[in-house]
Amino acid sequence: MRRSTSPYLLLAAGTAASLVLAACGGASDAGDDGGDGNAASAGDGEQVSLTVATFNEFGYEELLEEYEDLNPGVTVEHVKADTADNARAALRNSLGANSGAADIEAIEVDWVTEFKQYPDKFADLSSADVEGRWLDWKTEAVTLEDGTLMGYGTDIGPEAVCYRADLFEEAGLPTDREEVAELLGESWEDYFAVGKEFVAASDAAWYDSAGALWQGMINQVDYAYEDADDNVVATTNPQVRELYDQVLAASVDDELSAGLGQWSSDWSSSFQEDEFATMLCPGWMLGVIAGNAEGVEGWDVANVFPGGGGNWGGSYLTVPAQGENIEEATKLAAWLTAPEQQIKAFEAKGTFPSQVEALESDVLLGSTNAFFNDAPTGQILAERAEAVTMMPHKGPKYFEINTALQDAITRVDVDGSDDPDSSWAKFVAAVEALG
Amino acid sequence: MPAPAPVPPRGGRRGRGRLGRLDSTVSPYLYIAPFFLLFLVTGLFPLVYTGWVALHDWDQIMGQGEFVGMANYVDVLTGRGFWRALSNTVSIFVLSSVPQILAALLIATLLDRNLRARTLWRMGVLLPYVVAPVAVALIFNNLFADRFGLINLLLETAGLEPVRWHSDRFASHVAIATMVNFRWTGYNALILLAAMQAIPRDLYEQAAIDGANAWRQFWSVTVPMLRPTLIFVIITSTIGGLQIFDEPKMYDQFGRGGADQQWQTLTIYLYELGWTRADFGMASAVAVLLFLLIVAFGVVNFLLTRRIAHDEGGRR
Repeated sequence: MRRSTSPYLLLAAGTAASLVLAACGGASDAGDDGGDGNAASAGDGEQVSLTVATFNEFGYEELLEEYEDLNPGVTVEHVKADTADNARAALRNSLGANSGAADIEAIEVDWVTEFKQYPDKFADLSSADVEGRWLDWKTEAVTLEDGTLMGYGTDIGPEAVCYRADLFEEAGLPTDREEVAELLGESWEDYFAVGKEFVAASDAAWYDSAGALWQGMINQVDYAYEDADDNVVATTNPQVRELYDQVLAASVDDELSAGLGQWSSDWSSSFQEDEFATMLCPGWMLGVIAGNAEGVEGWDVANVFPGGGGNWGGSYLTVPAQGENIEEATKLAAWLTAPEQQIKAFEAKGTFPSQVEALESDVLLGSTNAFFNDAPTGQILAERAEAVTMMPHKGPKYFEINTALQDAITRVDVDGSDDPDSSWAKFVAAVEALG
Repeated sequence: MPAPAPVPPRGGRRGRGRLGRLDSTVSPYLYIAPFFLLFLVTGLFPLVYTGWVALHDWDQIMGQGEFVGMANYVDVLTGRGFWRALSNTVSIFVLSSVPQILAALLIATLLDRNLRARTLWRMGVLLPYVVAPVAVALIFNNLFADRFGLINLLLETAGLEPVRWHSDRFASHVAIATMVNFRWTGYNALILLAAMQAIPRDLYEQAAIDGANAWRQFWSVTVPMLRPTLIFVIITSTIGGLQIFDEPKMYDQFGRGGADQQWQTLTIYLYELGWTRADFGMASAVAVLLFLLIVAFGVVNFLLTRRIAHDEGGRR
């Protein structure tokens, strides 16, 4: 065939081809960069580069540098997600794609149950060296039936009760933190009874939000939403309905709740007003309160928690099985979660350690918090941590069912768009829709 | 750049003619081929693949499961969530797109006049578009907070009932539509303005001589001449409006559309199914339904807009 091809045709074909090639080229360049880095480190024999993915504040910045100094040949890159939710979404995506996860991925205790469904995606971290390092319930939560240990505990959120001493005083209640601890008593009934006394004598509500109370109450139930075989029993379990009625009766009928959804902008603003007098507060909440209530005087912490102990939040370090340096990553995770290091993280960012030995550290026990009237917060929270005796059973659907129940409480407590019964009916429908 | 010199015919007339024809028929396609090749990879493939995922049990992490046929669609269509999300989406879409385009048209007409510091005004209307949606949401969250929000404080100062911006379903739609309008009105106004400037001025002179007042000129000259641009603006804002995600996602602290799904839109529902419940099968089914919905709305819009502009303008 004759080849007097028009220059236009050539130009067009050339453009199309080069664009496609450019697109491909870009992709492979990026790939090569990553490859070169690995190749170089592999070439030197002992060079290893690790990535650690965390969210919020773990207090690991200086620790990671220290580790690099202690272990020449190891470089550690720290990837920090801005929020826990983004970290969770990113981790889920990389687990699904089987690539892209960091060598060490931090996970929140709330996600543990869903990630437990995919044990093959995580390396087994169990080892004799770390046995007994953490509080039992902290380790049990990430231990599978066959003994696989999915993660190393970092911090925990033992809960105490924070209160406004100034509002207590106005309402004629004691203000000293030991007297308050005694006053609030042992059970939720006691806590609500004092609340009724308080609201009768004050313009403020007793606590911020019914949803926050629910979190404390439901975490003291062994089998709330799912039975031991993970059958969903949330809608038929009389214990759940009783607590639901109890918290809503106290919140709405007795007007103990300020009706503020936690983390909403109204809730954050309310710290500047005299809206409520007490709050259930895990250790990390102290910083949140101090930030929101800047300039407000009178906050204090009482060494008590209704209904026994309570834990809210805390994290683990896991090693995804897709990583190339599982052994080195496990070593680093074990080092980071050792009591000595976790105490340093506590000093840096106030993350409360989950290690038995760390709870006895003088640094921890000696720490006080100026915003909370110089309360010995380290001592109080360490005792609150010991009061936690069990970890409720959380099956694969726990997170979604609890979200639906929190919605039900919000509809009554915050929105006022439903009464307890109609809101419960919607909760039942939502749980059924989960299938 | 000078046009390339014509290639002197080397072969017989016939060969030149055939290749010339091949050139003129094939090369336009080759010119646009890069776009379509990229579209094929990044657009069409995911589109078709979503349809495939929708027919399976598909976990976000464990991947493909059993083939379940239409079961995902049945689950979606028989649940309360989908219909509530659909009506929220349509409500927010109507509350945002309609006032938005009318306002954009008005602003564009005003900017089309001989103003002083013209560029300043024109850039000014684009300013909200430049602000990141997250920042917009933060500002509006403070405005629309139920208890301590600025708007409610003003209402209370004026002795009026505060509005339950979050718990009331319609109020939440209005608030979200306001955020959307804030962001997009100026953008649409500039597009319409560009089209207005292209309208020959003698048409207006002619109309003025014929005795048409400003209002009549607007409806009988400006709007019909804007027809193609209006169709573009309406279709793009329809697509954007039905896919609305950022604003409702950031309207409260949880981003799930409210405790009673007050402002849960279809995209948020899709996100919840796929990324909270890890059920990619159902999420894909919602995505396909959303796609069909947008196509249906787009076609209806196109026909309506063409009809209206035709009736008004008469000719094109």
